[in-house]
Amino acid sequence: MYSAKTRDAYTSEIATLREVGLFKEDRFIHSPQGAEIEVEFPSGEPPRRVINMCSNNYLGLSSHPDVIAAAHAGLDARGYGMSSVRFICGTQDIHRELEKSLSGFLGTEDTLLFPSCMDANAGVFEAILGEQDVMIADRLVHASIVDGMRLCKAMTDTFKHSDMGHLEEKLQEHQDKRVRMVITDGVFSMDGDIAKLDEIVALAEKYDAMVFVDDSHASGFIGKTGRGTHEHCGVLGRIDVITTTLGKALGGASGGCVSGRRELVELCRQRARPYLFSNSVPPVIVAAAAKVIELISRTTERRDKLEWNAAYWRRLLVEAGFDVKAGNSPIVPVMLYNAKLAQDVARRLFAEGVHVVGFFFPVVPKGAARIRTQLSAAHDQAHLDRAIEAFVKVGREFEILGLGKNEIVARFGM
Amino acid sequence: MDELKKVILDYVVKEYLEEGDDRVVGADTPLITGGIVDSFSMVSLKRFLERRYEIRIPDGEATPDAFDSVDRIALLVERFRAVKA
Repeated sequence: MYSAKTRDAYTSEIATLREVGLFKEDRFIHSPQGAEIEVEFPSGEPPRRVINMCSNNYLGLSSHPDVIAAAHAGLDARGYGMSSVRFICGTQDIHRELEKSLSGFLGTEDTLLFPSCMDANAGVFEAILGEQDVMIADRLVHASIVDGMRLCKAMTDTFKHSDMGHLEEKLQEHQDKRVRMVITDGVFSMDGDIAKLDEIVALAEKYDAMVFVDDSHASGFIGKTGRGTHEHCGVLGRIDVITTTLGKALGGASGGCVSGRRELVELCRQRARPYLFSNSVPPVIVAAAAKVIELISRTTERRDKLEWNAAYWRRLLVEAGFDVKAGNSPIVPVMLYNAKLAQDVARRLFAEGVHVVGFFFPVVPKGAARIRTQLSAAHDQAHLDRAIEAFVKVGREFEILGLGKNEIVARFGM
Repeated sequence: MDELKKVILDYVVKEYLEEGDDRVVGADTPLITGGIVDSFSMVSLKRFLERRYEIRIPDGEATPDAFDSVDRIALLVERFRAVKA
């Protein structure tokens, strides 16, 4: 049992998090995930029905009846859990089938399921790169990629966000390495912008490098048929490694994968520690995810609706006078720059029936606080019309409508 | 500011500040703790210094603390230049 002194040290660490405004609190949801949810906030208050503008439920499939039915069927047919890692006695026929259908959907040679995309990113670099190699990452890649890179012995380097000139300099600089891997998100989770994958692939081919893309915020809806950023940028089949999640558009429960060149996926199967040392993705999730792939392969209706919703919502915000980060994805950040302002606006929006969260350092750079709004195919136009009314009302209260960065910073500080 | 610090400062501004980033960086500005340079990106600065000054900075010496300002980096470089001499 630890001493009072040790306890005090931890208590004081938590108190510091509160003091500097970095303490995160759960909001308890009393309903399934959807365009509208019932939220208990603050804890202990009666739940309120609010419009959800901050989930990764891009395709609105998290609570889709066909997906739920498939999950039930999977549970009945293959049980609740495997009580094993994959390579001992945890691989079922449905794991193989889902991996095959993911490869078909993503246009890759092979796929390996992981418990999450966080795990996929934690394991993939160490499995395929060594000391003689270099990883050259966009400076805004997701935290899970950063953690995965830390676990790998290859040299690390970075290039300025989406700056192709800087990437080219780095590729030239590292020609002495055995393997160069360019690492990027497909859609950047905090800014919502799309990687210039066509240019990245061209540079990688010019300088003999492989390309890694985390398409977690793209799989299922970016690109004309929702294959992802590689489809959007016209480079299907030219990405060496894709990691993605089943925890966002593709059902929203959990699970992720590494997909790409056959031999790279095989090395992950042999060596990736999060794959080797954690349980198989449970049958219920595998069965539901297979249904998701079937649904979105059959029709692009849901991704088309999402695309319409995103364009409509972006237009409403811009016309209302909010400072919106430019982009072309269902992630639409409303820039507020000041951390306290972002939290205050989010709190007021909740009172007005819209659930959003303020993001600030260290999740985004200092002085770049924002409210990240996210669209879903589950939203109807009426949801967005109601949400914009709340945004406009709150925007007027804070007198931020029509203001740009300099004016907001002048009034509220960084 | 001496030549060494100027070279380091120029590299930091060119390599780490994005276009439109109007932060003023001086010799004593915190780089790592100030969020200007992250630990991954620090590698390129170390490589630059090693090439430019023909020195070898062991990984154990290239700590975030030692790289936290242009002043500190200059001290580190001077130490290894002296070793080389």
